[in-house]
Amino acid sequence: MAERKLFAHELEALLDAFLFASPSHRSIERLAAKLEALPRRQQDFVLRVARGAAKTNTELAHFIAAQAPEALARLDEKRFEAWAIAGLDVFDKMGLRAAIDSLRDIDGFLAALEGRMPAQFVEVEQRLARFVLGLSGRPLALKAGDDPWTDTETIYLPQRIARFATAEDNRRLYQALAVQLWAQTRYGTFDVDLEAAIATWPDRAAALAWLALLEAARLEACVARDLPGLGALLAAMREAWPAAMRPALDELQAANADVRVSLKWLAQLLKEGATPPCPRFFPRLEPGIAWRVRNERIARDTETLRRALGALQGVAGQRKGGGGEVTVARDPQNGEVTVRIDGEAVQLTHEAQAAAQSLLQDLGALPPEALAPAGDAPWTPDDRPKPAAPELITSRAPDHRYDEWDYHRNAYRRGWCHVYLSDAPSGDGAFVRETRRRYAHFIAQLRRRFEALRGEDRILGRQPEGEEIDLDALIEALHDRKNGAEPSTRLFCRRVRNERSLAALFMVDMSGSTKGWVNDAEREALVMLCEALETLGDAYAIYGFSGWTRTRCDIYRIKSFTDAYDDAVRARIDGIAAKDYTRMGAAIRHLTQVIAAQPARHKLLVTLSDGRPDDFGDEYRGAYGIEDTRRALQEARELGIRSYCITIDRQGADYLKRMMGPAAYTVLDDVRKLPFKVAEIYRKLTV
Amino acid sequence: MLPDIKTLTPALERLPLEPFYQPVGDEVALFEAAARQRLPVLLKGPTGCGKTRFVEYMAWKLGRPLVTVACHDDLTTADLVGRYLIVGDETVWLDGPLTAAVRAGAICYLDEIVEARKDTTVVIHPLADTRRALAVDKRGELIPAPPEFMLVISYNPGYQSVLKEIKPSTRQRFIALEFDYPAPEIETRIVAAEGGVDDEMAAKLVKLGGLTRNLKGAGLDEGASTRLLVHAAQLIHAGMAPATAARAAVARALSDDPEMTQTLDDLVRAVF
Repeated sequence: MAERKLFAHELEALLDAFLFASPSHRSIERLAAKLEALPRRQQDFVLRVARGAAKTNTELAHFIAAQAPEALARLDEKRFEAWAIAGLDVFDKMGLRAAIDSLRDIDGFLAALEGRMPAQFVEVEQRLARFVLGLSGRPLALKAGDDPWTDTETIYLPQRIARFATAEDNRRLYQALAVQLWAQTRYGTFDVDLEAAIATWPDRAAALAWLALLEAARLEACVARDLPGLGALLAAMREAWPAAMRPALDELQAANADVRVSLKWLAQLLKEGATPPCPRFFPRLEPGIAWRVRNERIARDTETLRRALGALQGVAGQRKGGGGEVTVARDPQNGEVTVRIDGEAVQLTHEAQAAAQSLLQDLGALPPEALAPAGDAPWTPDDRPKPAAPELITSRAPDHRYDEWDYHRNAYRRGWCHVYLSDAPSGDGAFVRETRRRYAHFIAQLRRRFEALRGEDRILGRQPEGEEIDLDALIEALHDRKNGAEPSTRLFCRRVRNERSLAALFMVDMSGSTKGWVNDAEREALVMLCEALETLGDAYAIYGFSGWTRTRCDIYRIKSFTDAYDDAVRARIDGIAAKDYTRMGAAIRHLTQVIAAQPARHKLLVTLSDGRPDDFGDEYRGAYGIEDTRRALQEARELGIRSYCITIDRQGADYLKRMMGPAAYTVLDDVRKLPFKVAEIYRKLTV
Repeated sequence: MLPDIKTLTPALERLPLEPFYQPVGDEVALFEAAARQRLPVLLKGPTGCGKTRFVEYMAWKLGRPLVTVACHDDLTTADLVGRYLIVGDETVWLDGPLTAAVRAGAICYLDEIVEARKDTTVVIHPLADTRRALAVDKRGELIPAPPEFMLVISYNPGYQSVLKEIKPSTRQRFIALEFDYPAPEIETRIVAAEGGVDDEMAAKLVKLGGLTRNLKGAGLDEGASTRLLVHAAQLIHAGMAPATAARAAVARALSDDPEMTQTLDDLVRAVF
């Protein structure tokens, strides 16, 4: 006859006897409550293992006991003990943190025990990313997380999967998970506010688990209809549907079933009080987050479309003075959206077309507000005088002083900006190494493309001397001689090499607003650029800029024209960090001087930034900064330097036209495009 | 002009059979109108979307001979206009394809014009505007084009290289017809008709084509063209298993890169 279960207070006393020295001692009450749910046999067993572990480290013993209910659900007692001992081994070699990490990874332990080969997220990431892009057309980012889920813009997948014996099968499971999550965004799982629907049920966890299962069944049928091969993959990668769900399957898998069918059956299942199974490596739903992300995207796409229509209508209105009535039709065959203004078909920009497609995917139709063209509201300078910013005093004398254009005065302020030069701080190079590894494929492609640009051999005909006889010239000469005319003596061909005489300077925005994504993308873009330019052999330099009022404009050397692309340069690229503000004029003036000293015939100044010029205090913000930057670029042009601006700005950057001149800029609405675009833009600019 | 020099002109023939062409819009009517008005035509669109087939079809429809020149980097004016050859002790003049087309009142189709060397524009321009004449410098001859002569050029704007951009001064002499991969339903019909497979198989291939086109710019320069899909269909028609055929005709044909090929294989598996 089994002994009765131990109650929490009894467990607490027993645990306290050997865990009293643990730093987590305070939470011992919670730990006891957790263990109370286990049968007596397991309680004793856990106490024994934990007591043993406490002799090595009490904190580790506490962790083992706390993980016990979860671990025992997946490991038998023998394996549980082996799992705990493996953790203690790690502790001996690598300390507490590593030991706890290894204990947490029960999957990894099991995989190693059974000789299973796991698949890692990092090794499937690129392949899956391309695959998902191929499926959808609408970009979905991939990221590593704990459980598989999606917020409709990013797919989160586990760090590692070791459910099957072979790495190949585990990779297939990754693919199946990615497809399921893509299907959630493609076949309308988040078309209704699931959060509200779920909130009506008291047991949120059960409701979410059932809904995930019901949706998985529905989506599998959707996928199988469109892509039979993938349907088969999904079916092979899952366990049989739970018995309670079987009556729902016919209806869920009908061609016209949408998420409402799942919700209907969810109500049914919850009323029956069925307990959902929780399969591991199964898509989880986060309806709240997904709903928010989706609504933000809809708002953004709506705005993009409205702006595009607004611009088109502006043109149409000018031409005809008509009312500009907008009608939209969708080609049922290829899904292209055609817009007609006053009955005349107009071409949508690529961005607007993508936004319309995205809206159609989210909503099934274009919302009326997206079709109300936005008013023609270009950027207008703000002329109000601004209070002066407090000036910063530093002990070091500035390396240079530059004038600044004051458009209020319509005159320069002499020696106004103090420029300080320094080297960018060196990082450890890990970011650059990682970037080169992650984008190895793209870099190889880039190199090939740039190789084609290198000066090629060219054959000049009709030369007075050269390697080969120019037959055309010879024949003409013979012919001339026959006819009594004076034959030419230029009868040879000669090979010459086309030289590219080009120097490029890249100016990288290191202002505070670039912190995070933008900074990463800038650094990635620079790595790509360096790889590409090394192939090409053009002279190039990279400088960062940032500033804090006119008395502190910093220019950071990352790579000068004379530096080779070596470890020191790579370390400095790594070290590019977000600093203060963007006083662009001074940076442009200084770097103009740097590039002007280059002997090359063509000179190009490329700015990478994330928005309009700005500085501490209100003085430089807005019109003043834009006018000063514009003036600085004009000065550069007078010195024969062409400038080009690459800006990341979701707001469309109307000011760039004024600032950079009509043709010399690119606006990227998505920072992720930057690494792929910069080298390409450079290539196009310099052909 | 040098009257004592013998001139060789290749004989041009008309297409004997109607080529299969599936119209997608008003391109046939536009081309016919341009032909009536003696306007030159520029076809733009990605590779393998049916530009060449369209010209063949129009040449057949208009009953004119067709001269097709596939342009390449070393294509010079002389390759188009003609050259002197030395035959024994005699110099003869051989008309190039363009000259032959002008003399015969044919349609001259310069495929992928941007690949040709820049100096070819010298002979193209006078043919493409109201002058409608071909200057043969080496012979000091100006050949007026008969009303039936028509110049058609094509280029692929998706082509990434800016080295190979068509100049505005050339582009603005032509009526431009834009081609793209046809809508799925039409493409299915084309793949079925050309490849000899049933509609269901053709639809699957078209689906695969659509998926690969999503990868354009993300490692692929171009997605699968209609031509590749037709090739896959022809392999299937010849008895190959669909997935094998699609891998050989589409996945392997699109990329040499092992990772990209893997992704394409994944897409093939997704469809079949």
